[in-house]
Amino acid sequence: MTKVRGLRRTGIGIRASSFIRHSSFVLRHFSRMNSILPWLILLAPLTSAVVITVFTLRWKAVSTFISIAAVLVSFVCSCLIFARATGAAAEFTWIDISGALQVPLGLTLDQLSKTMAVLVSAVGAVIHIYSLGYMRDDEGKSRYFAALSLFMFAMLGIVLANNFIMLFIFWELVGFTSYVLIGHWFYRDAAADAANKAFITTRIGDFGFMIGILMVWMATGSIVFAEIAPRMSTLAGHPLFLTIVALLIFCGAVGKSAQFPLHVWLPDAMEGPTPISALIHAATMVAAGVYMLVRVAFIVQASQTALLIVAWIGTITAVMAALIATQQNDIKRILAYSTLSQLGYMIMAVGLASNDAAMFHLFTHAFFKALLFLAAGSVIVMLHHEQNIWKMGGLSRKLPITFASFVVGALALIGCPPFSGFFSKDAILALAYERNTPIFAVALFTAFLTAFYVIRLLVIVFFGTPCSDIARNSGESPPVMTVPLIVLALLATVGGFAFFARNFLTLPVEKEVAIIVPALAIVALIVGSGLAIALYRNRTAEPVDVEILRHKLYLDEFYSWLIYWTQELLARVSAFVDRWIIDAGAVGGSSRGTWGIGAVLRLVQVGNLQGYVFVFGLGVVAVIYFAVFR
Amino acid sequence: MITLGDYLLVSAILFSIGFAGVMLRRNLIIILMSLELTLNAANLSLVAFSRFRVDPSGLPNYNAQVFVFFIITVAAAEVAVGLAILVALYRARQTTDVKDISQLKF
Repeated sequence: MTKVRGLRRTGIGIRASSFIRHSSFVLRHFSRMNSILPWLILLAPLTSAVVITVFTLRWKAVSTFISIAAVLVSFVCSCLIFARATGAAAEFTWIDISGALQVPLGLTLDQLSKTMAVLVSAVGAVIHIYSLGYMRDDEGKSRYFAALSLFMFAMLGIVLANNFIMLFIFWELVGFTSYVLIGHWFYRDAAADAANKAFITTRIGDFGFMIGILMVWMATGSIVFAEIAPRMSTLAGHPLFLTIVALLIFCGAVGKSAQFPLHVWLPDAMEGPTPISALIHAATMVAAGVYMLVRVAFIVQASQTALLIVAWIGTITAVMAALIATQQNDIKRILAYSTLSQLGYMIMAVGLASNDAAMFHLFTHAFFKALLFLAAGSVIVMLHHEQNIWKMGGLSRKLPITFASFVVGALALIGCPPFSGFFSKDAILALAYERNTPIFAVALFTAFLTAFYVIRLLVIVFFGTPCSDIARNSGESPPVMTVPLIVLALLATVGGFAFFARNFLTLPVEKEVAIIVPALAIVALIVGSGLAIALYRNRTAEPVDVEILRHKLYLDEFYSWLIYWTQELLARVSAFVDRWIIDAGAVGGSSRGTWGIGAVLRLVQVGNLQGYVFVFGLGVVAVIYFAVFR
Repeated sequence: MITLGDYLLVSAILFSIGFAGVMLRRNLIIILMSLELTLNAANLSLVAFSRFRVDPSGLPNYNAQVFVFFIITVAAAEVAVGLAILVALYRARQTTDVKDISQLKF
């Protein structure tokens, strides 16, 4: 049963019931539009996904059109809502177990969620259009666009949800769509395995997340963010409980945002189509973990211990991924590791208790990382799905637009002024400088590594001489792919400037003392880039070979060893229990026990009738003795 | 004057003779007869108890005597079955000695 409960926080400030009675039709209609508009953001992609799956799987062009129309509707609605000062959304009751659990279907419309909705739908729209070109000849185009629409629905759901239950459901739904899209080319074993790996690995984190949600609900009696926040103070006396809750909630982010030690799924997820890597595994879904932590910052920031652990996990992920990225040869994997590294920066900012810095980096990263992936996709398509960077080279003349946009993305990623990444990364570095010096040192080292591996990628792919025939004969991508690149390149350039970003975010305040921070960052940048240029100019093969990094620190091997032995141990224990306790003990024991008792008792059967009578008489005497005389 | 104790003494002697017969004799027919003797010892004690118990109304309690009739009836049926088995056994084995009928043993 659902009922309209009321218009929460209406601009006019009148409750719906009295409002409907007293006002004119026009006003009422207007207000209804106002409160339904936010729901339209969610409903448009959902409708698209359903319609494509149910009706238009066969007509690829129609499916494509529906999906793109839906994402544009979402984008326009997000912009309209962003432009409005107040957030009014109709709220429904979904589950109402009186006194125990109330789950509303409601939307949060504050600065944070509005910005995120605009960002997600904007990047989503660009990537939908780019997919037109990238997936032009794909057999499963309808399936692809249906899943893409479902992803938009789920992702926008995470952004707008106003309670933990809705958040968790959408959270799982993006996990599912991510699974479907990684496994889009499911007939390739690598893609199918990567899809399974992504789904199962994130499930580990989600399990902790779910326990965290249940603990929050038990402690505060509510699952609505706005109701939990004021009740957190009642838990101030239980620091251990708060730490555990915060870390369990963080578990969800560790899985979804691919933080150490659950990061292993993200590089493999690159088996999916490149637009998917750009949208889901770089710009939006993996940032959902960061967004969620910012959304429930009142829980995370309630425990200093938890904050410290969060910050260090982010730092470890950042430096580890950057180290691994320096030795990878697959263009998409390098970008995947750079995504891990940048997500590490964001988590680090969350752990240093600055939501503004985390969201700022998320915002700029979404643009430049989507840009980098789409540019990489353009290269990959033009080279007939060749992803090994050593088979590229000299592409700057063949794909000028792709090259230019890739350079913009790369410069933003390494934090070169005046591109957007400089400002947001600088904000995080300044924050670390101010609050935790060891983390600052590691973050600075990561910045150096970032410059090194990004410039390495750039030099090998776009400069030098072409290393293969396909690289020699390639041409520029069609406009449907280059126009999104140009749009994203513009956004990646201006995204960090205060005059632009201030409209969307609360920018972190920088202190004057931190002038040393950008200076150090630029030094790291120059050293890193210089080293990469010196090492990789005019090379056709890898000059340095660090095996441990090329094998991703052997973490995959370690995990498969761990899983193998866990499974083996479990199997052996079960086999032991089955063989020796169930079979030998319960089944064999009862049969042998019965047999043994029978073997003893049959000795009594002597076949002498008078003997039996004698024993019988003795028995009677005994019974009489015990009955009468005792 | 014959007391309850005398009757019970006779009953006990009868039972002992019967039991001893069952235990010591080899012939199955004798054993069956001895069994009947033990039953009748029990009957005798039941009747004696009944005769010597007097209710407040002044009349003896006849329940036990009625019970004895039932026992006699059941004993008759038992003898019929027992003798029938005996006859069948004799036809099969040409013997009524318990020593020869000891197949059912370990």
